[in-house]
Amino acid sequence: MRPTAPLILAATLAATAGLTSCGGGSGSDPDTVKVAYNRSTDNKIRFKDHHLAEVKKQFEKANPGKKVKLIPIQAQDNDYATKVQQMMRSPKTAPDLVYEDTFRINSDIKAGYLRPLDAYLAKWKTWDQFVDTAKTAAKAEDGKTYGVPDGTDTRGLWFNKEIFAKAGLPADWSPKNWNEILEAARTIKKKVPGVTPLNVYTGKAPGETSVMQGFEMLLYGTGEAGGNPLYDPGAKKWVTGGKGFTDALDFLKTVYSEKLGPDISDALDPNVGTTVYSEWLPQGKLAIALDGSWLGQNWLKTGGKPWPEWSKTLGQAPMPTQHGQAPGKVSMSGGWTWAITAKSKNPDLAWKFIQQLQTKDNAVTWDIVDAQIAVRKDVAQDPKYTSSMPGITFFTGLVKNTHYRPTTPVYPQVSTAIGEAMEAATTGDSSPEKAAKSYDDQLKSIADGATVAAGGQG
Amino acid sequence: MATATKVAAAPTETPARPGPRRGRPLRWLPLAPATVMLLLFLGGPIAYCVYIAFTNMQLTGASSTDFVGLDNFQRAFGDDDFRNAVVLTLVFTLLSSLVGQNTLGLALAALMQRASRPVRTLTGSVVIAAWVVPEIVAGFLLYAFFRREGTLNALLDWLGLPSQNWLYTLPILAVSFANVWRGTAFSMLVYSAALSEIPKEITEAAEVDGAGGLGRFWHITLPMIRRSIGTNLMLNTLQTLSVFGLIWAMTRGGPGNRSQTLPVFMYDQAFNKSLIGYGTAVALLLLLVGALFSVVYLRLMKEEV
Repeated sequence: MRPTAPLILAATLAATAGLTSCGGGSGSDPDTVKVAYNRSTDNKIRFKDHHLAEVKKQFEKANPGKKVKLIPIQAQDNDYATKVQQMMRSPKTAPDLVYEDTFRINSDIKAGYLRPLDAYLAKWKTWDQFVDTAKTAAKAEDGKTYGVPDGTDTRGLWFNKEIFAKAGLPADWSPKNWNEILEAARTIKKKVPGVTPLNVYTGKAPGETSVMQGFEMLLYGTGEAGGNPLYDPGAKKWVTGGKGFTDALDFLKTVYSEKLGPDISDALDPNVGTTVYSEWLPQGKLAIALDGSWLGQNWLKTGGKPWPEWSKTLGQAPMPTQHGQAPGKVSMSGGWTWAITAKSKNPDLAWKFIQQLQTKDNAVTWDIVDAQIAVRKDVAQDPKYTSSMPGITFFTGLVKNTHYRPTTPVYPQVSTAIGEAMEAATTGDSSPEKAAKSYDDQLKSIADGATVAAGGQG
Repeated sequence: MATATKVAAAPTETPARPGPRRGRPLRWLPLAPATVMLLLFLGGPIAYCVYIAFTNMQLTGASSTDFVGLDNFQRAFGDDDFRNAVVLTLVFTLLSSLVGQNTLGLALAALMQRASRPVRTLTGSVVIAAWVVPEIVAGFLLYAFFRREGTLNALLDWLGLPSQNWLYTLPILAVSFANVWRGTAFSMLVYSAALSEIPKEITEAAEVDGAGGLGRFWHITLPMIRRSIGTNLMLNTLQTLSVFGLIWAMTRGGPGNRSQTLPVFMYDQAFNKSLIGYGTAVALLLLLVGALFSVVYLRLMKEEV
């Protein structure tokens, strides 16, 4: 019999189809739960990996025949998010469980990547232990909850008491307004040459690190738009850059043009966050750092950069509001959640793994090793947690005056636009006013015109 | 799959020599797997890309994808950042490929022709070593070379010259230099081969006629390797247009957008801003830029001297 064209084609097609399906490493094995998480880009830091490996062991012991496949993704936060979003697009590559930053979760919910957990949560007693703000962290616009948070964080000022002593500044420093921060930095610049007085993250490359630790810590302290300077939840509209916005950019411009901050090229380096805790602070090269509550984890014996003297050397102070207006302090909070993907083939098993992650012991251990601020009442009262780290009580205390970022799907895009405005103002490529103006233009296109002018100066 | 049948069956319509009918279906049998593979893995994705460029697909933050016609292209032409990226891409291509790699590659090849064997081997292996290093590794190496506390400034300090902050002040120059450093080997190899093809008699005859070194080069060598120059320029330009890893590792397109060439801009739009549709549209425009360059070179190569 003569092979005819269609026959040959069919045969080749069958062969190639066979070829394609054996790649991908999909394996939707009903007994395996696949867990994607972000691994630190610092090779010395592996406490998340160790903790998850430990929970995996417990889980496999408690559920004979079930397996956990950990998928570490070693990347910067932005790149990690991109990678996971691509994995979640296809059922072949979608993990069952992903570690999601609360600031991206709404965007991913809208894209249909995640599944609601309400049915599971209704039957889960432990959920009552979570504080209300944490419960809403992963609540979408549709009122359903899509993630279980495992901790939160706050932000404030870290300062080096030894450098302060040299500059004649008090060891119990607590600035009352922005100006006092700048004054302290100027004093240090004069009296302690060779030291960077103040680090405020800025620019595009550090990503959300700049936007949240740098810009929003300033913006939310201006009291603009009744305390909602970015997004008006009542009107469901984004707020265009008003006076507070330009003031915050102006603060950055002051820091970098007066050379009170690090060299601009260092500030715009994507790895600057790592440099701050692994080099500048331990080596006494940086006096004041506007940074997160978690820094201490790196200096523990188990951390990536052990530094036993850190708790004696460094002090903490709350970030003040712009002119010291009530409540006087400001902080931003974020945090991460565990979410189950929409294309997961084993949602029930994935849920079981979340429960394993959230046994009280595991939750306490995790908040300690990751230097997170507890989001569960029982964890927050646990003596192991309260005594785990110098400064943890200070940072837990900031929760009272903290702000959360707008939980809307387009926030990540807005964040990118803010990063660009920061970079333009910091490098002097454009004035703060002009940078705010180009932010407004971008915002209108991101929010499809759903914007509202900030009070006072539109 | 109809297309596959048509493409694959095309040769049977114009048989090279009339053969027995029995052989015809079998004649394209060896080609069938390759054809199907190409259609599946190359044609498919390309067609899909073209389709995406006309939609508002997003990586995250949108629940649906709609067809939006030419919106993405209109947006690109009205986008300052896109224009900036086009200019920088042209600067990067001209500096590092046309001027840098090409001239340096030709100069090296010409000099090596006259050099002794050990010198030739040494130079060749150093230059080629830079080329075989993976792009991302080269990117980090050059980042370490150019950064403020990097090797270059250490050298300048040692020579008593003021240190520079290239990656911040002139990032596009720094990445262009990096690309020259990395890509010169390719031009050097092409030109070495071309130069060795020139018959000795001709150069000797020119020498007897009293042509100097430069005169010989200008009147004899260049015209004789014209085709190689064209081919090399084309390959070089297309490679340079799509350089991403090198720039990403060195500057991430920053500071601001002062080294954001089209591939970096594309990545930024598609993956940082999640606008897959817009990013893909920009990719198609980049393809056009490459095609334009190619057409110009092909025309140049066609002309007879």
